[in-house]
Parts: sequence; structure tokens; C-alpha cells
Amino acid sequence: MTATNKEPYQQAYYPPKPTRLTCFMRKFLPWQLFRFGVINLKMIRLMRNSHH
Amino acid sequence: MATQGGKKQIVILGAGISGHTAARYLVRGRRKTRTPYEVVVISPNAKWNWVPSNIWVGVGQMNEDQVTFELAPLYKRIGVPFHQAKALSIHPEGSAEDPSPHVVVEYTSADKAGQTARIPYDYLINSTGPKLNFGATEGLGPDHGHTVSVCTASHALEANHKLQATIEAMRRGEDKTIVIGTGHGTCTCQGAAFEYIYNVEHVLRDAGVRDKARLVWISNEYELGDFGMGGVHIERGGYITNGKVFAESLMVERGIEWITRAAVNKVEAGKIHYELLDGTKNELGFDFAMLIPPFAGVGLKAFDKAGEDITAKIFAPSGFMKVDADYTPRPYAEWSAKDWPSTYQNPSYGNLFAVGIAFAPPHLISKPMSSPNGTPINPAPPRTGMPSAAMAIAVTSSILEMLDGAPAPTRHASMAKMGAACVASTGRNMFTGSAATMTVFPVVPDYEKYPMYGRDLSLTFGEIGLAGHWMKAMLHYTFIYQAKMRPGWSLLPD
Repeated sequence: MTATNKEPYQQAYYPPKPTRLTCFMRKFLPWQLFRFGVINLKMIRLMRNSHH
Repeated sequence: MATQGGKKQIVILGAGISGHTAARYLVRGRRKTRTPYEVVVISPNAKWNWVPSNIWVGVGQMNEDQVTFELAPLYKRIGVPFHQAKALSIHPEGSAEDPSPHVVVEYTSADKAGQTARIPYDYLINSTGPKLNFGATEGLGPDHGHTVSVCTASHALEANHKLQATIEAMRRGEDKTIVIGTGHGTCTCQGAAFEYIYNVEHVLRDAGVRDKARLVWISNEYELGDFGMGGVHIERGGYITNGKVFAESLMVERGIEWITRAAVNKVEAGKIHYELLDGTKNELGFDFAMLIPPFAGVGLKAFDKAGEDITAKIFAPSGFMKVDADYTPRPYAEWSAKDWPSTYQNPSYGNLFAVGIAFAPPHLISKPMSSPNGTPINPAPPRTGMPSAAMAIAVTSSILEMLDGAPAPTRHASMAKMGAACVASTGRNMFTGSAATMTVFPVVPDYEKYPMYGRDLSLTFGEIGLAGHWMKAMLHYTFIYQAKMRPGWSLLPD
């Protein structure tokens, strides 16, 4: 379903697609280890704000 | 009251995420109250199930034993009487046979199947979860229909068997259409189907047959990424963007088509019939379909002391229990975060509580919609996962303080004041897998506090990557460890 815009308009033509760099970073271990830490911190903050 | 041997009795209906969380916290609270009490758990299921990981059972990457465990040995170890039975009726004023408030149950265990019993209570926590209402759509579901489900571990196991057969056919060169989504116009739990479609896509790629499959998402959401919460806005790349953009991006990236604003109204062998919000009626052929059913209450009845049916007093027409929400019917523009319950206490009987999916929400979170034919096509509000555990903890804390004399519930856990995290797996592998991680705060938008988007954008975020998969895997092992009440379980966050 790769949209090229040569064919009639397609659903897949409009949404953003990740660049090669974005795809690479999603699997790049050092960056993902850092993001893992960030996500954990964000979730802890979320839980703290949820407790009344 | 139902005091047994000098001890008050707290009965929990259901041993899912919210019910079992309530049991754990009540067991932990035994040392904290002046009033001795006993905890009794009633569940028709012999096993506890970490439902979020059923997705991985449904694609053959986990087996049933990895997502379930037997409840009876655990409850025996912690001194909690466990009845493998389904509740039939609640008698909050007692009855002619028994003056104490009680529930009537019917056993489902092999040794007592069909026998009934009265179980008295001083406090009752209704955490039955939902009835999987496959019957709402003709031809839906694994038992009497043509689609599979991942709502229970055994359903997921069956889904995987059919998926593997479909993959084998593709290996032989056949082209197949796989449809995943919601099986009714009022379903909730889109997240489970969302995860499943990505895991199926991941498995198809691993099997080398992705080019043989047409993958189609179908759901009752107005736009992708609604998830029954009206969607979310997040800050990303210098913009405030709707989650729809990222949900569509994920679909495009993986070559998945989507149909939204759809109410599936009938399923035949190989053919799904659905109506769109514009009123048009359509058909979609399929070889393999996993469609989530709508949820309903489990069908509990209630009777007063004279034996009069008071079900409508205690339960909403949907079968979910009324709690301290504001159920006054109002137009959408007048809905408020304040309508949502915070103590989960039944307004008619102060010793009755309902948590998780079992409580009746005051209204939708997504905007109500219906087709020109009058068919409602809008997701129901989600009440699973993190919010259901938070409700259970609040209710157990309130009950413990009420046991010691507090006149009313003391703890609050409104979904309009709590956040939720959703980690949607998009492929299980420690190095090549990924997941979409999403948090929202609060779950129910509060447009008085956050006028533009209803949510705190500093606590509402989403991202896609391998770290999300690690998070999902960590949650799987952490929550099962915690549910088994292994050493140090109470130090782990819920």
C-alpha cells in the first residue's frame, strides 16, 4: 500500500511516515536505553499525580 | 451484620485486575485496623489472567501458563477463603432465609458445579469485570460465531491456532485478508485490538508471508487513536498534535488499511457486514478476523428483604453497578469531569462498592455519535488497567477506615483526576520489537482545569520505540510477580 501519488488519492498518502533516522533511532540501543529511563520517570510522575 | 466468629466479612466478587488488587490490599491491611476482618473472594474463574499479555498468546509468542496462574493455592497461602463460583444475586438487606446482607453464588468448580450457596458480607466489592457480549452482534465470537477474540487466555490460544493455520495457507501461496478491530458500534478496549493487529503484522513478517496478507483495521472510533477517550493531544516536533496522526502513521508504515466510524452489525462465514456513521451499509470479506465484543454487566440481580427485584435500583440498564456518579441525563455540552465517581460507593447501600469495568460510567468520554439510521457508533469509556487498580486501592482503603468507624468513604480515585499509561506492543522481540507508549492525564478530560484539550500536556505523551517493548515486558513480569504476592510485592507500584 505504498502511496506514490501517481494513482488516485489513497488513505496512505496523507499521514506522516517516519524518516530513516527516526526508524533507526527507534531501535538504536543507547538512545532507547535513555528513552526507557525517561519513560519510567514520566510514568512515576504520572502515578504521583494520580494519588489523592 | 455478617460478622463471622467475631470478624467482619469483606466479600470480593471477581478476581481480575481490580478484584485481585482489592484482595491483596485487604490482606495487607489486616495489620492496620482495630477491627478484625476476613476477606472472601468469589470468582467463576480458577485462574488469574494478566489480560494485557493475551495479545502475545494470540500470536503464539507466549503460552497460556505464562499469562495465568491458579488462584486457589495463592488464596490458601494468604488465608483468604476462595469460592470458585459466579455470583447470581445480591441481597443487600438480607432475605427471609438469612437476615444478613449476602450474595447467592453458583459454583463453577468441577467438584461443586451447579451447587448454590449464600455468602454473607459486611462489605461487598463488585469487581466482576464485564460479560463479553458477543451476542450483541450476530455471528460474532469464537463460540457461536465466525471471529476469534483475545479477551481471555483461552480465546487467545484459539486465535493463535487459527492464525497459524492462516499463515500456513499463505506459505502455500494463498492470499488472505485479515481483519482486526471492534465487533459492534459501542465497543471499548480498542487498544487490545490495536496491539493485536501490529503483533499479527510482526508475526507475518517473521514468517515471510507479509506480502500475502491484506491487513484491515475496522473500528467504531471516529478517528484512529480515539481509544474511547476522545483521542489525545500531545506536544511533538514544535506542534500540539492529535494522537490520530501517530496512529495513522503506524498503520501506513506497516501497510495496514483502516475503516473507522464503523458499527459491525453481522458476521457471516468470510463476510463482515458493517454500517458507517454516514448511514451507508457495507461488506468486507475476510479469512481471519479478531473482533473485540461489546461489554455488558454480568447480569447480577438484586433483591430486597421482601424478595422484591431491586436490580434497577442498584444497576444501570447496561448491567453495571451504580456508584457515586452523577447519572442525570444531559447533552454532551453539559458533561463535566465532576460527573465521574470518586468513591465507587453505591448510593442506595453504603456497604456496596463497584470498581473496574463493573461500575456504571455516567456517560461516554468520546463524543456520542449515531448514524442517520439511529445506530450508535461511539466507543464506550475504558475502565481497565491502571485506573481499575487505583479504584480498587481507594475502595479498600475506605472500607478499612469505615471498619474502624469512619462514617463514609475516605479515599477518592476519580478517573477525572488520575492518569493512565498504555503500552501497546507492536512486536515482541527484545531487539527488533517495539511498542507505542502512551500516557494520558487525566483519563476523563477536565475542560474546566485544562480548557483547550481537557488534559495536562506535560503528563500526556506518546512515543514509539524499542524502549516501549522493554517497558511492556517489564510490566508483564512485574505485575505477575506482584499478583502472585511474592516477597516485596507491596513495594512495587500498581
